[in-house]
Amino acid sequence: MDRTAQLTGPSRRGLIGAAATFAASSAVSVAQGAAETAVSGAVPMRLNINGKDRDAILDVRTCLLDALRDHLDLTGSKKGCDQGQCGACTVLVDGHRALGCLTLAVAAQGRRITTIEGLAEAGGPLHPMQQAFIDNDAFQCGYCTPGQILSAVACVGEGHAASDGDIREYMSGNLCRCGAYPKIVEAIKQARDHMRPA
Amino acid sequence: MRPFSYERAADLAQAALLGRETGQGQTDAVAQFLFGGTTLVDLMKLDVLRPKRLVDLVELKGAHGGIAVSVDGLHLGAMASMAEVAAHPDVRRDYPAVAQSLELAASPQIRNMASLGGNVLQRTRCPYFRDPSWTACNKRNPGSGCAAIEGFNRNHAVLGVDQSCVSQYPGDLAVVLSAFDTELEIVGAAGARRMPFSALHRPADGKPHLENNLQSGDIIIGFKVPAGAWTRRSLYLKVRDRASYEFALASAAVGLDLEDGVVRQVRVGLGGVAYRPWRSPEAEGSLIGKPLNEAAAQAAAEAAFAGAVTHGGNDFKPELGRRTLVRALLEARDRTVNAGGA
Repeated sequence: MDRTAQLTGPSRRGLIGAAATFAASSAVSVAQGAAETAVSGAVPMRLNINGKDRDAILDVRTCLLDALRDHLDLTGSKKGCDQGQCGACTVLVDGHRALGCLTLAVAAQGRRITTIEGLAEAGGPLHPMQQAFIDNDAFQCGYCTPGQILSAVACVGEGHAASDGDIREYMSGNLCRCGAYPKIVEAIKQARDHMRPA
Repeated sequence: MRPFSYERAADLAQAALLGRETGQGQTDAVAQFLFGGTTLVDLMKLDVLRPKRLVDLVELKGAHGGIAVSVDGLHLGAMASMAEVAAHPDVRRDYPAVAQSLELAASPQIRNMASLGGNVLQRTRCPYFRDPSWTACNKRNPGSGCAAIEGFNRNHAVLGVDQSCVSQYPGDLAVVLSAFDTELEIVGAAGARRMPFSALHRPADGKPHLENNLQSGDIIIGFKVPAGAWTRRSLYLKVRDRASYEFALASAAVGLDLEDGVVRQVRVGLGGVAYRPWRSPEAEGSLIGKPLNEAAAQAAAEAAFAGAVTHGGNDFKPELGRRTLVRALLEARDRTVNAGGA
Protein backbone atom coordinates (compact mmCIF):
# COMPACT_ATOMS: atom_id res chain seq x y z
CA MET A 1 0.00 0.00 0.00
CA ASP A 2 2.80 2.35 0.92
CA ARG A 3 4.54 1.58 -2.32
CA THR A 4 1.47 2.35 -4.36
CA ALA A 5 1.15 5.66 -2.62
CA GLN A 6 4.80 6.39 -3.27
CA LEU A 7 4.60 5.50 -6.93
CA THR A 8 1.53 7.53 -7.67
CA GLY A 9 1.94 10.31 -5.13
CA PRO A 10 2.38 13.98 -5.76
CA SER A 11 6.17 13.92 -6.04
CA ARG A 12 6.10 11.58 -9.02
CA ARG A 13 3.36 13.59 -10.71
CA GLY A 14 5.52 16.66 -10.30
CA LEU A 15 8.46 15.02 -11.97
CA ILE A 16 6.40 13.80 -14.86
CA GLY A 17 5.10 17.29 -15.30
CA ALA A 18 8.64 18.56 -15.56
CA ALA A 19 9.56 15.91 -18.08
CA ALA A 20 6.45 16.61 -20.09
CA THR A 21 7.24 20.30 -20.25
CA PHE A 22 10.66 19.51 -21.61
CA ALA A 23 9.40 16.93 -24.04
CA ALA A 24 6.18 18.62 -25.07
CA SER A 25 7.24 18.90 -28.66
CA SER A 26 8.82 15.49 -28.97
CA ALA A 27 8.79 12.13 -27.35
CA VAL A 28 6.54 11.54 -24.43
CA SER A 29 3.98 14.15 -23.85
CA VAL A 30 2.01 12.61 -21.05
CA ALA A 31 0.05 15.64 -19.93
CA GLN A 32 -1.49 16.76 -23.17
CA GLY A 33 -4.30 14.25 -23.41
CA ALA A 34 -3.11 12.95 -26.75
CA ALA A 35 -0.09 10.70 -26.64
CA GLU A 36 2.62 11.60 -29.07
CA THR A 37 4.84 9.23 -30.91
CA ALA A 38 8.55 8.77 -30.52
CA VAL A 39 10.09 7.15 -33.55
CA SER A 40 13.32 5.21 -33.57
CA GLY A 41 16.16 7.62 -34.05
CA ALA A 42 17.30 10.52 -31.95
CA VAL A 43 14.77 11.50 -29.29
CA PRO A 44 15.35 14.08 -26.58
CA MET A 45 14.91 12.58 -23.13
CA ARG A 46 15.20 13.86 -19.58
CA LEU A 47 16.20 11.37 -16.93
CA ASN A 48 16.35 12.12 -13.22
CA ILE A 49 19.49 10.36 -12.03
CA ASN A 50 20.94 10.63 -8.56
CA GLY A 51 18.86 13.74 -7.87
CA LYS A 52 19.79 15.59 -11.05
CA ASP A 53 17.94 15.98 -14.31
CA ARG A 54 20.08 14.78 -17.16
CA ASP A 55 19.16 15.60 -20.75
CA ALA A 56 20.24 13.38 -23.59
CA ILE A 57 19.30 12.69 -27.17
CA LEU A 58 18.98 8.95 -27.47
CA ASP A 59 17.54 6.36 -29.80
CA VAL A 60 14.16 5.34 -28.42
CA ARG A 61 15.39 1.72 -28.33
CA THR A 62 18.09 2.55 -25.75
CA CYS A 63 17.69 0.70 -22.48
CA LEU A 64 18.34 2.53 -19.25
CA LEU A 65 21.57 0.59 -18.66
CA ASP A 66 23.03 1.65 -22.01
CA ALA A 67 21.85 5.22 -21.46
CA LEU A 68 23.72 5.34 -18.16
CA ARG A 69 26.89 3.65 -19.34
CA ASP A 70 27.26 4.82 -22.93
CA HIS A 71 25.67 8.26 -22.89
CA LEU A 72 25.77 9.67 -19.36
CA ASP A 73 29.24 8.57 -18.21
CA LEU A 74 27.82 6.51 -15.35
CA THR A 75 29.63 3.22 -15.84
CA GLY A 76 29.09 1.89 -12.33
CA SER A 77 26.06 -0.11 -13.43
CA LYS A 78 27.33 -3.22 -15.16
CA LYS A 79 26.12 -5.22 -18.14
CA GLY A 80 26.27 -8.91 -17.38
CA CYS A 81 23.69 -10.92 -19.29
CA ASP A 82 21.63 -8.06 -20.79
CA GLN A 83 18.61 -10.38 -20.44
CA GLY A 84 17.35 -9.77 -16.93
CA GLN A 85 18.96 -12.86 -15.46
CA CYS A 86 22.03 -11.71 -13.53
CA GLY A 87 21.19 -8.46 -11.70
CA ALA A 88 24.49 -6.71 -12.46
CA CYS A 89 22.55 -3.75 -13.90
CA THR A 90 20.37 -3.27 -10.80
CA VAL A 91 19.44 0.35 -10.08
CA LEU A 92 16.82 1.90 -7.83
CA VAL A 93 13.76 3.37 -9.55
CA ASP A 94 11.63 5.49 -7.21
CA GLY A 95 13.49 3.71 -4.42
CA HIS A 96 12.70 0.18 -5.64
CA ARG A 97 15.27 -2.09 -7.22
CA ALA A 98 14.86 -2.69 -10.93
CA LEU A 99 16.85 -3.96 -13.90
CA GLY A 100 18.41 -1.35 -16.16
CA CYS A 101 18.76 -3.79 -19.04
CA LEU A 102 15.02 -4.45 -19.33
CA THR A 103 13.95 -0.85 -18.71
CA LEU A 104 13.65 1.40 -21.74
CA ALA A 105 15.22 4.79 -21.02
CA VAL A 106 12.30 6.55 -22.67
CA ALA A 107 9.96 4.83 -20.21
CA ALA A 108 12.12 5.77 -17.21
CA GLN A 109 11.47 9.47 -17.69
CA GLY A 110 9.72 10.99 -14.70
CA ARG A 111 11.11 8.39 -12.31
CA ARG A 112 13.83 8.89 -9.68
CA ILE A 113 16.79 6.72 -10.66
CA THR A 114 19.59 5.96 -8.22
CA THR A 115 22.80 4.34 -9.41
CA ILE A 116 25.83 3.20 -7.44
CA GLU A 117 27.41 6.60 -8.15
CA GLY A 118 24.61 8.33 -6.24
CA LEU A 119 24.51 6.14 -3.17
CA ALA A 120 26.95 8.27 -1.15
CA GLU A 121 27.52 12.00 -1.41
CA ALA A 122 30.64 13.03 -3.28
CA GLY A 123 33.44 13.62 -0.82
CA GLY A 124 31.40 12.21 2.07
CA PRO A 125 31.60 8.84 3.76
CA LEU A 126 30.56 5.70 1.92
CA HIS A 127 27.05 4.37 2.31
CA PRO A 128 26.99 1.80 5.15
CA MET A 129 26.36 -0.95 2.58
CA GLN A 130 29.39 0.06 0.51
CA GLN A 131 31.54 0.14 3.63
CA ALA A 132 30.19 -3.23 4.74
CA PHE A 133 31.10 -4.84 1.42
CA ILE A 134 34.67 -3.59 1.88
CA ASP A 135 34.86 -4.54 5.55
CA ASN A 136 33.64 -8.07 4.82
CA ASP A 137 35.60 -8.61 1.60
CA ALA A 138 32.26 -9.34 -0.05
CA PHE A 139 33.55 -9.52 -3.62
CA GLN A 140 36.40 -10.85 -5.69
CA CYS A 141 36.32 -9.51 -9.24
CA GLY A 142 33.80 -6.84 -8.29
CA TYR A 143 31.79 -6.91 -11.49
CA CYS A 144 28.49 -7.80 -9.83
CA THR A 145 29.18 -5.59 -6.81
CA PRO A 146 27.39 -2.35 -7.80
CA GLY A 147 24.24 -4.34 -8.52
CA GLN A 148 24.68 -6.38 -5.34
CA ILE A 149 25.04 -3.23 -3.24
CA LEU A 150 21.98 -1.46 -4.66
CA SER A 151 19.96 -4.65 -4.38
CA ALA A 152 21.17 -5.08 -0.80
CA VAL A 153 20.20 -1.52 0.14
CA ALA A 154 16.68 -2.23 -1.16
CA CYS A 155 16.62 -5.65 0.50
CA VAL A 156 17.24 -4.04 3.90
CA GLY A 157 14.77 -1.24 3.15
CA GLU A 158 12.06 -3.77 2.30
CA GLY A 159 12.59 -5.55 5.62
CA HIS A 160 13.82 -8.70 3.90
CA ALA A 161 17.16 -8.97 5.71
CA ALA A 162 16.02 -10.37 9.07
CA SER A 163 17.76 -13.74 8.71
CA ASP A 164 20.47 -15.35 6.61
CA GLY A 165 17.77 -17.33 4.80
CA ASP A 166 15.78 -14.20 4.03
CA ILE A 167 18.87 -12.45 2.71
CA ARG A 168 19.75 -15.35 0.44
CA GLU A 169 16.19 -15.57 -0.89
CA TYR A 170 15.73 -11.86 -1.46
CA MET A 171 19.19 -11.43 -2.99
CA SER A 172 18.65 -14.28 -5.44
CA GLY A 173 18.25 -11.86 -8.33
CA ASN A 174 21.95 -10.95 -8.12
CA LEU A 175 24.35 -13.59 -9.31
CA CYS A 176 28.03 -13.62 -8.28
CA ARG A 177 30.29 -15.54 -10.63
CA CYS A 178 33.03 -15.61 -7.99
CA GLY A 179 30.73 -17.15 -5.42
CA ALA A 180 31.20 -14.50 -2.74
CA TYR A 181 27.74 -15.20 -1.39
CA PRO A 182 28.65 -16.03 2.25
CA LYS A 183 30.51 -12.74 2.61
CA ILE A 184 27.76 -10.82 0.87
CA VAL A 185 25.35 -12.15 3.50
CA GLU A 186 27.75 -11.04 6.24
CA ALA A 187 28.08 -7.57 4.70
CA ILE A 188 24.33 -7.12 4.48
CA LYS A 189 23.92 -8.10 8.12
CA GLN A 190 26.54 -5.54 9.15
CA ALA A 191 25.00 -2.76 7.08
CA ARG A 192 21.46 -3.67 8.17
CA ASP A 193 22.29 -2.74 11.72
CA HIS A 194 23.65 0.65 10.62
CA MET A 195 20.80 1.47 8.26
CA ARG A 196 17.96 1.36 10.79
CA PRO A 197 17.19 5.09 10.72
CA ALA A 198 16.70 5.06 6.93
CA MET B 1 16.27 -4.43 -31.71
CA ARG B 2 13.99 -3.32 -34.52
CA PRO B 3 12.70 0.26 -34.73
CA PHE B 4 9.49 1.11 -32.96
CA SER B 5 7.51 4.08 -31.79
CA TYR B 6 6.82 4.71 -28.11
CA GLU B 7 3.66 6.24 -26.77
CA ARG B 8 2.54 6.76 -23.21
CA ALA B 9 -1.22 6.43 -22.98
CA ALA B 10 -2.88 8.99 -20.74
CA ASP B 11 -5.97 6.93 -20.03
CA LEU B 12 -7.72 3.67 -20.87
CA ALA B 13 -9.60 4.97 -23.89
CA GLN B 14 -6.42 6.22 -25.44
CA ALA B 15 -4.55 3.02 -24.62
CA ALA B 16 -7.26 0.90 -26.26
CA LEU B 17 -7.14 3.10 -29.35
CA LEU B 18 -3.35 3.07 -29.62
CA GLY B 19 -3.24 -0.67 -28.95
CA ARG B 20 -5.72 -1.63 -31.62
CA GLU B 21 -3.19 -3.92 -33.32
CA THR B 22 -1.95 -5.90 -30.32
CA GLY B 23 -3.34 -9.16 -31.68
CA GLN B 24 -3.66 -12.40 -29.72
CA GLY B 25 -0.04 -13.06 -28.92
CA GLN B 26 1.37 -13.33 -32.43
CA THR B 27 5.08 -12.52 -32.38
CA ASP B 28 4.65 -10.20 -35.34
CA ALA B 29 1.78 -8.21 -33.79
CA VAL B 30 2.14 -4.56 -34.81
CA ALA B 31 1.55 -3.13 -31.33
CA GLN B 32 2.42 -4.26 -27.81
CA PHE B 33 1.39 -2.86 -24.47
CA LEU B 34 4.37 -2.07 -22.22
CA PHE B 35 4.43 -2.00 -18.44
CA GLY B 36 7.45 -3.48 -16.68
CA GLY B 37 9.01 -4.72 -19.91
CA THR B 38 10.45 -7.81 -18.23
CA THR B 39 9.10 -10.11 -20.93
CA LEU B 40 8.58 -7.65 -23.75
CA VAL B 41 11.96 -5.90 -23.82
CA ASP B 42 13.74 -9.22 -23.35
CA LEU B 43 11.95 -10.79 -26.32
CA MET B 44 12.45 -7.67 -28.42
CA LYS B 45 16.21 -7.85 -27.78
CA LEU B 46 16.09 -11.49 -28.88
CA ASP B 47 14.17 -10.45 -32.03
CA VAL B 48 11.29 -12.77 -31.12
CA LEU B 49 8.73 -9.98 -30.67
CA ARG B 50 8.84 -7.34 -33.39
CA PRO B 51 6.34 -4.61 -32.55
CA LYS B 52 6.32 -1.39 -34.51
CA ARG B 53 4.53 0.43 -31.71
CA LEU B 54 4.82 0.28 -27.92
CA VAL B 55 2.01 1.69 -25.83
CA ASP B 56 3.15 2.34 -22.27
CA LEU B 57 0.41 1.77 -19.69
CA VAL B 58 2.33 3.19 -16.73
CA GLU B 59 -0.04 6.14 -16.34
CA LEU B 60 -2.91 3.75 -15.66
CA LYS B 61 -1.37 2.44 -12.45
CA GLY B 62 -2.99 5.07 -10.28
CA ALA B 63 -6.47 3.97 -11.32
CA HIS B 64 -5.80 0.25 -11.82
CA GLY B 65 -3.06 -0.66 -9.37
CA GLY B 66 -5.10 -1.19 -6.20
CA ILE B 67 -5.32 -4.27 -3.98
CA ALA B 68 -8.48 -4.85 -1.93
CA VAL B 69 -9.84 -7.75 0.12
CA SER B 70 -13.55 -7.71 0.93
CA VAL B 71 -16.20 -10.24 1.94
CA ASP B 72 -16.84 -10.82 -1.77
CA GLY B 73 -13.27 -11.70 -2.54
CA LEU B 74 -9.93 -10.34 -3.61
CA HIS B 75 -9.67 -7.59 -6.19
CA LEU B 76 -6.30 -7.01 -7.83
CA GLY B 77 -5.66 -4.11 -10.14
CA ALA B 78 -3.79 -5.40 -13.18
CA MET B 79 -1.16 -2.65 -12.90
CA ALA B 80 -0.25 -3.59 -9.32
CA SER B 81 3.28 -4.95 -9.23
CA MET B 82 4.00 -8.56 -8.34
CA ALA B 83 5.94 -7.33 -5.29
CA GLU B 84 3.10 -5.15 -4.00
CA VAL B 85 0.61 -8.01 -4.09
CA ALA B 86 3.07 -10.51 -2.60
CA ALA B 87 3.71 -8.17 0.34
CA HIS B 88 0.09 -7.22 1.02
CA PRO B 89 -0.89 -8.43 4.51
CA ASP B 90 -4.55 -9.15 3.64
CA VAL B 91 -3.53 -11.18 0.60
CA ARG B 92 -0.99 -13.13 2.66
CA ARG B 93 -3.60 -13.88 5.32
CA ASP B 94 -6.68 -14.67 3.23
CA TYR B 95 -5.21 -15.79 -0.11
CA PRO B 96 -1.80 -17.24 0.80
CA ALA B 97 -1.50 -19.21 -2.45
CA VAL B 98 -1.72 -15.94 -4.41
CA ALA B 99 1.02 -14.30 -2.34
CA GLN B 100 3.23 -17.40 -2.45
CA SER B 101 2.92 -17.82 -6.21
CA LEU B 102 4.21 -14.28 -6.62
CA GLU B 103 6.92 -14.43 -4.01
CA LEU B 104 8.30 -17.66 -5.47
CA ALA B 105 8.38 -16.16 -8.97
CA ALA B 106 11.25 -14.35 -10.68
CA SER B 107 13.58 -12.10 -8.67
CA PRO B 108 12.90 -9.11 -6.38
CA GLN B 109 13.89 -6.74 -9.19
CA ILE B 110 11.53 -8.33 -11.69
CA ARG B 111 8.71 -8.52 -9.13
CA ASN B 112 9.06 -4.75 -8.63
CA MET B 113 8.89 -4.08 -12.35
CA ALA B 114 6.27 -6.51 -13.61
CA SER B 115 2.55 -5.84 -13.45
CA LEU B 116 0.05 -8.61 -12.82
CA GLY B 117 -1.48 -8.12 -16.25
CA GLY B 118 1.87 -8.56 -17.92
CA ASN B 119 2.76 -11.45 -15.65
CA VAL B 120 -0.19 -13.62 -16.63
CA LEU B 121 0.60 -12.97 -20.32
CA GLN B 122 4.30 -13.85 -20.08
CA ARG B 123 5.65 -16.08 -22.85
CA THR B 124 6.97 -19.58 -22.73
CA ARG B 125 10.63 -20.24 -21.93
CA CYS B 126 10.89 -22.84 -24.71
CA PRO B 127 14.44 -22.34 -26.07
CA TYR B 128 13.24 -22.81 -29.66
CA PHE B 129 10.66 -20.07 -29.22
CA ARG B 130 13.26 -17.73 -27.70
CA ASP B 131 15.86 -18.28 -30.45
CA PRO B 132 14.75 -17.16 -33.92
CA SER B 133 17.72 -18.94 -35.53
CA TRP B 134 15.54 -22.05 -35.23
CA THR B 135 13.09 -22.03 -38.09
CA ALA B 136 10.74 -24.65 -36.73
CA CYS B 137 8.48 -23.07 -34.13
CA ASN B 138 4.75 -22.97 -34.72
CA LYS B 139 4.42 -20.28 -32.09
CA ARG B 140 6.71 -17.93 -34.01
CA ASN B 141 6.25 -19.20 -37.56
CA PRO B 142 2.82 -20.80 -38.00
CA GLY B 143 3.12 -24.03 -39.95
CA SER B 144 6.89 -24.39 -39.51
CA GLY B 145 6.76 -27.33 -37.10
CA CYS B 146 7.95 -27.86 -33.54
CA ALA B 147 11.67 -28.31 -32.93
CA ALA B 148 11.11 -29.29 -29.31
CA ILE B 149 9.19 -32.49 -29.97
CA GLU B 150 12.36 -34.17 -31.27
CA GLY B 151 14.75 -31.80 -29.53
CA PHE B 152 15.55 -30.56 -26.03
CA ASN B 153 12.28 -30.87 -24.18
CA ARG B 154 13.20 -31.45 -20.55
CA ASN B 155 11.29 -28.36 -19.40
CA HIS B 156 8.33 -28.86 -21.68
CA ALA B 157 4.69 -29.51 -20.98
CA VAL B 158 3.01 -32.90 -20.60
CA LEU B 159 -0.61 -31.71 -20.26
CA GLY B 160 -2.52 -29.85 -22.94
CA VAL B 161 0.09 -30.45 -25.64
CA ASP B 162 -0.45 -31.51 -29.23
CA GLN B 163 1.74 -32.07 -32.28
CA SER B 164 1.86 -28.33 -32.96
CA CYS B 165 3.45 -27.25 -29.66
CA VAL B 166 4.70 -28.80 -26.43
CA SER B 167 5.86 -25.57 -24.79
CA GLN B 168 5.30 -24.96 -21.12
CA TYR B 169 3.35 -22.07 -19.64
CA PRO B 170 6.02 -20.70 -17.28
CA GLY B 171 4.04 -18.52 -14.87
CA ASP B 172 2.96 -19.13 -11.30
CA LEU B 173 0.22 -16.63 -10.44
CA ALA B 174 -1.92 -17.73 -13.37
CA VAL B 175 -1.97 -21.27 -12.02
CA VAL B 176 -3.57 -20.04 -8.80
CA LEU B 177 -5.94 -17.68 -10.61
CA SER B 178 -7.15 -20.41 -12.94
CA ALA B 179 -7.85 -22.77 -10.04
CA PHE B 180 -9.61 -20.12 -7.94
CA ASP B 181 -12.43 -19.23 -10.39
CA THR B 182 -10.96 -15.81 -11.15
CA GLU B 183 -12.73 -13.34 -13.38
CA LEU B 184 -10.88 -10.91 -15.63
CA GLU B 185 -11.90 -7.29 -16.07
CA ILE B 186 -11.08 -6.09 -19.56
CA VAL B 187 -11.41 -2.75 -21.31
CA GLY B 188 -11.07 -2.61 -25.05
CA ALA B 189 -12.19 -0.75 -28.11
CA ALA B 190 -15.73 -2.09 -27.63
CA GLY B 191 -15.88 -1.03 -23.98
CA ALA B 192 -15.66 -2.98 -20.73
CA ARG B 193 -16.37 -6.66 -20.30
CA ARG B 194 -15.58 -9.65 -18.12
CA MET B 195 -14.08 -13.01 -19.00
CA PRO B 196 -13.38 -16.10 -16.92
CA PHE B 197 -9.64 -16.30 -16.34
CA SER B 198 -9.77 -19.89 -17.55
CA ALA B 199 -10.76 -18.58 -21.00
CA LEU B 200 -7.80 -16.20 -21.31
CA HIS B 201 -5.15 -18.66 -22.51
CA ARG B 202 -6.03 -20.64 -25.62
CA PRO B 203 -5.35 -24.37 -26.01
CA ALA B 204 -2.62 -25.16 -28.55
CA ASP B 205 -5.24 -26.59 -30.89
CA GLY B 206 -2.90 -26.66 -33.87
CA LYS B 207 -2.57 -22.86 -33.74
CA PRO B 208 -0.10 -22.08 -30.94
CA HIS B 209 0.76 -18.69 -32.47
CA LEU B 210 -2.59 -17.53 -31.11
CA GLU B 211 -1.95 -17.46 -27.37
CA ASN B 212 -4.95 -15.74 -25.87
CA ASN B 213 -8.56 -14.82 -26.44
CA LEU B 214 -8.11 -11.08 -26.06
CA GLN B 215 -9.11 -8.83 -28.92
CA SER B 216 -6.75 -6.23 -30.33
CA GLY B 217 -6.67 -3.27 -27.98
CA ASP B 218 -7.98 -5.23 -25.01
CA ILE B 219 -6.36 -4.25 -21.73
CA ILE B 220 -6.65 -6.42 -18.64
CA ILE B 221 -7.43 -3.94 -15.87
CA GLY B 222 -8.24 -6.22 -12.95
CA PHE B 223 -8.70 -9.67 -11.47
CA LYS B 224 -11.54 -10.68 -9.18
CA VAL B 225 -10.84 -13.77 -7.10
CA PRO B 226 -14.12 -14.74 -5.44
CA ALA B 227 -14.15 -15.47 -1.74
CA GLY B 228 -14.31 -19.16 -0.89
CA ALA B 229 -13.92 -21.38 2.12
CA TRP B 230 -10.77 -22.80 0.51
CA THR B 231 -8.77 -19.60 0.05
CA ARG B 232 -7.32 -19.37 3.56
CA ARG B 233 -6.23 -23.00 3.58
CA SER B 234 -4.36 -22.59 0.33
CA LEU B 235 -0.78 -22.81 -0.77
CA TYR B 236 1.43 -22.78 -3.83
CA LEU B 237 4.21 -25.36 -3.95
CA LYS B 238 6.93 -24.90 -6.56
CA VAL B 239 9.59 -27.48 -7.44
CA ARG B 240 12.54 -26.28 -9.51
CA ASP B 241 16.17 -26.88 -10.40
CA ARG B 242 17.48 -24.31 -7.93
CA ALA B 243 16.06 -22.96 -4.70
CA SER B 244 15.19 -19.47 -5.93
CA TYR B 245 14.82 -17.36 -9.06
CA GLU B 246 13.88 -20.24 -11.35
CA PHE B 247 10.86 -21.38 -13.31
CA ALA B 248 8.86 -24.35 -12.10
CA LEU B 249 9.58 -27.89 -13.21
CA ALA B 250 6.32 -28.70 -11.49
CA SER B 251 4.07 -26.73 -9.20
CA ALA B 252 0.71 -27.09 -7.53
CA ALA B 253 -1.83 -24.57 -6.30
CA VAL B 254 -4.16 -26.06 -3.74
CA GLY B 255 -7.12 -24.65 -1.82
CA LEU B 256 -8.92 -26.81 0.72
CA ASP B 257 -12.21 -26.59 2.56
CA LEU B 258 -12.15 -29.37 5.15
CA GLU B 259 -14.74 -30.55 7.64
CA ASP B 260 -13.40 -33.00 10.22
CA GLY B 261 -10.64 -33.97 7.82
CA VAL B 262 -13.07 -34.65 4.95
CA VAL B 263 -12.83 -32.63 1.75
CA ARG B 264 -15.90 -30.45 1.34
CA GLN B 265 -14.51 -28.35 -1.51
CA VAL B 266 -11.10 -28.20 -3.17
CA ARG B 267 -9.30 -26.29 -5.89
CA VAL B 268 -6.32 -27.73 -7.75
CA GLY B 269 -4.08 -25.94 -10.25
CA LEU B 270 -0.92 -27.29 -11.87
CA GLY B 271 2.06 -25.35 -13.19
CA GLY B 272 5.31 -26.13 -14.96
CA VAL B 273 3.76 -29.18 -16.55
CA ALA B 274 1.09 -27.79 -18.84
CA TYR B 275 0.73 -25.84 -22.06
CA ARG B 276 -1.42 -23.23 -20.33
CA PRO B 277 -2.39 -22.43 -16.73
CA TRP B 278 -3.97 -25.71 -15.74
CA ARG B 279 -6.86 -26.51 -13.46
CA SER B 280 -7.56 -30.15 -12.73
CA PRO B 281 -11.26 -30.88 -12.27
CA GLU B 282 -10.27 -34.56 -12.36
CA ALA B 283 -8.17 -34.19 -9.21
CA GLU B 284 -10.80 -32.03 -7.54
CA GLY B 285 -13.59 -34.49 -8.33
CA SER B 286 -11.67 -37.44 -6.96
CA LEU B 287 -11.11 -35.70 -3.60
CA ILE B 288 -14.57 -34.38 -2.78
CA GLY B 289 -16.25 -36.22 0.09
CA LYS B 290 -13.13 -38.19 0.99
CA PRO B 291 -10.91 -37.99 4.06
CA LEU B 292 -7.73 -36.28 2.89
CA ASN B 293 -5.03 -38.86 3.52
CA GLU B 294 -2.05 -39.87 1.45
CA ALA B 295 -3.98 -42.48 -0.52
CA ALA B 296 -6.66 -39.97 -1.50
CA ALA B 297 -4.02 -37.42 -2.47
CA GLN B 298 -2.22 -40.04 -4.57
CA ALA B 299 -5.46 -40.99 -6.31
CA ALA B 300 -6.10 -37.32 -7.10
CA ALA B 301 -2.60 -36.98 -8.51
CA GLU B 302 -3.08 -40.05 -10.71
CA ALA B 303 -6.31 -38.54 -12.02
CA ALA B 304 -4.63 -35.19 -12.69
CA PHE B 305 -1.90 -36.72 -14.86
CA ALA B 306 -3.92 -39.49 -16.53
CA GLY B 307 -3.72 -37.67 -19.85
CA ALA B 308 -0.03 -36.77 -19.71
CA VAL B 309 1.99 -37.05 -22.94
CA THR B 310 5.78 -37.02 -22.72
CA HIS B 311 8.55 -36.61 -25.30
CA GLY B 312 11.71 -38.11 -23.85
CA GLY B 313 13.41 -35.29 -22.00
CA ASN B 314 10.34 -34.66 -19.89
CA ASP B 315 9.48 -38.29 -19.13
CA PHE B 316 10.10 -37.52 -15.46
CA LYS B 317 7.47 -34.82 -15.27
CA PRO B 318 4.26 -36.78 -14.66
CA GLU B 319 5.83 -38.46 -11.62
CA LEU B 320 7.34 -35.20 -10.37
CA GLY B 321 4.00 -33.50 -10.92
CA ARG B 322 2.12 -36.19 -9.02
CA ARG B 323 4.49 -36.03 -6.07
CA THR B 324 4.29 -32.25 -6.06
CA LEU B 325 0.51 -32.34 -5.92
CA VAL B 326 0.45 -34.99 -3.16
CA ARG B 327 2.83 -32.94 -1.05
CA ALA B 328 0.85 -29.75 -1.66
CA LEU B 329 -2.43 -31.38 -0.64
CA LEU B 330 -0.99 -32.83 2.56
CA GLU B 331 0.81 -29.62 3.49
CA ALA B 332 -2.38 -27.62 2.93
CA ARG B 333 -4.29 -30.09 5.09
CA ASP B 334 -1.80 -29.71 7.93
CA ARG B 335 -1.51 -25.95 7.61
CA THR B 336 -2.54 -23.84 10.60
CA VAL B 337 -5.24 -21.47 9.48
CA ASN B 338 -5.98 -18.29 11.40
CA ALA B 339 -9.28 -17.87 13.21
CA GLY B 340 -12.03 -16.96 10.80
CA GLY B 341 -10.75 -19.47 8.27
CA ALA B 342 -11.73 -23.10 7.82
